[in-house]
Amino acid sequence: MLQRKVMRAGDQPLVKWTLIALAFITTMLMLVIPLLLIFDMALSAGTGTYWDNLTNRYTVHAIGLTLLVAALTVPINLVFGVFLAWLVTRFEFPGRKALITLIDIPFAVSPVVAGLLYLLLYGSNGWLGSWLMNHDVQLMFSWPGIVMVTVFVTCPFVARELIPLMQQQGREEEEAGVVLGATGWQLFRRITLPNIQWALLYGVVLTNARAVGEFGAVSVVSGNIRGETNTLSLHVELLYQDYNVVGAFASASLLAGIALLTIVVKSFVEWRQARQHAALDELVDNS
Amino acid sequence: MNRSLSGLLPGRSSQPGKRVLPGFALSLGISLFFISVVLILPVTGLIAHTAGMGWEQYWAVITDERVMASYKVTLWTAAVAAMINALVGVLLAWVLVRYEFPGKRIMDALVDLPFALPTAVAGITLAALFAQDGWYGQFFDMLGIKVSFTPLGIIIAMSFTSLPFVVRTVQPVLEDQAPEDEEAAVSLGATDWTVFRRILFPAIWPALMTGIGLSFCRSLGEFGAVIFIAGNMPYVSEITSLMIFVRLQEFDHAAASAIASVVLMASLVLLLGINLWQARYLRRLHGR
Repeated sequence: MLQRKVMRAGDQPLVKWTLIALAFITTMLMLVIPLLLIFDMALSAGTGTYWDNLTNRYTVHAIGLTLLVAALTVPINLVFGVFLAWLVTRFEFPGRKALITLIDIPFAVSPVVAGLLYLLLYGSNGWLGSWLMNHDVQLMFSWPGIVMVTVFVTCPFVARELIPLMQQQGREEEEAGVVLGATGWQLFRRITLPNIQWALLYGVVLTNARAVGEFGAVSVVSGNIRGETNTLSLHVELLYQDYNVVGAFASASLLAGIALLTIVVKSFVEWRQARQHAALDELVDNS
Repeated sequence: MNRSLSGLLPGRSSQPGKRVLPGFALSLGISLFFISVVLILPVTGLIAHTAGMGWEQYWAVITDERVMASYKVTLWTAAVAAMINALVGVLLAWVLVRYEFPGKRIMDALVDLPFALPTAVAGITLAALFAQDGWYGQFFDMLGIKVSFTPLGIIIAMSFTSLPFVVRTVQPVLEDQAPEDEEAAVSLGATDWTVFRRILFPAIWPALMTGIGLSFCRSLGEFGAVIFIAGNMPYVSEITSLMIFVRLQEFDHAAASAIASVVLMASLVLLLGINLWQARYLRRLHGR
């Protein structure tokens, strides 16, 4: 591929390097330095204290609860996201567009409002909550409530990643499979899944990152009971408000680690997809 | 058999009404069940709680002086944050699309950090950075500018958490921009600024508006990142999301749900607006 040398706007070296320098400074100030501060603060009292902060009884409990929430939320939203994406990209039906808009609601709604919605319904004052109370089921201020609001907040991620990709890929391959006699599961396993696997992985990673880090919605329904309903995010807040700043940043560093892992996976997925595209283009060029 | 074969004929596979693929009933059932239970059912609780209040009482709660002050500060700080993100977002999108330089991939990946980082972590980090003796705070302190416990702190937190929106909406449009118009303009002697204003800006502005809208919407609802740096002083730096929280801690569920209903309606209207806007410009783009 020979590139023609053309002048486009902003190609003069002075303009170009000024803009790059500006972008570099912005990235440093807004993203890199804040990230460094987290680890600097977490380690500011030495590695021994850092380790003690992480292995503290309450922190370990918060880690466990956070993992539990993620372990329940991710599979639920994975299944829902795949079915929804299949539905809206493989079939035409009235209300399809409305469904795609509906699924964005959790992105638009403030997490505090999301938590409140659940509290008002399932809390002891809610119509469903009071009925559940009479049957000795308490969902709010305990871990099931935390899982429920987390499912709400994270439900769009998998579907959002899959819908544009599956739309673009079209349904021809799967239709050919049907004609050849494949069952629904075979279609999904052999045709759809290999096509969407990387986007699906990224959707899962995003769901996981948000599930692990959700704060606003969870703080409304959790009741913040130390050693019982404290997730890692809530634990960070609790320590910070107890003026245990180093402890707060120690827990925060774990969450920042998960965030870093998330963006690494994203870069990897994009790289895979770009390679897939390039390979396909080459195939087309050669034939 | 005829129906399923029609899927193989070129150009006919996307005809509406022909359902060749399996799983329509199953996926429709699961999706509708999930959306009803997870998204719609919880709203009934809010409706039940607000319906219990009289109109007068509802009005009194949502127009309470302190609540009004919180709407005002939330709206204007979110608007300023969205504007900051528009500038920074276009800069980053431009640099990432147009130039090659060392570290570009890392910069591109880092843009997503605010989405991946839990808001509480962002909150304490920004609070520590801008504290009076913090890495950034000391410079602001020398200039006599207070960031913590002021609306300026809220703006910083909001622009951090919604930074990726504008970048990620403008980036693909810039990538698709064909070079011919620009080359013609440059060869005819147009300055960079003229090219940007006359050719590039008209191309990216629908996407830019979408990005600004999404960023504004997210900032209006932001909670975790804001509360640590804002100091939450009534009438000064108290955002509406926190107002709901305060009412809840006073066990005033009715008031909390009334304020939440205002926030919920505002965000749904905003979401609908963004969607309609996007649909309009996508239609124009594809000439349909």
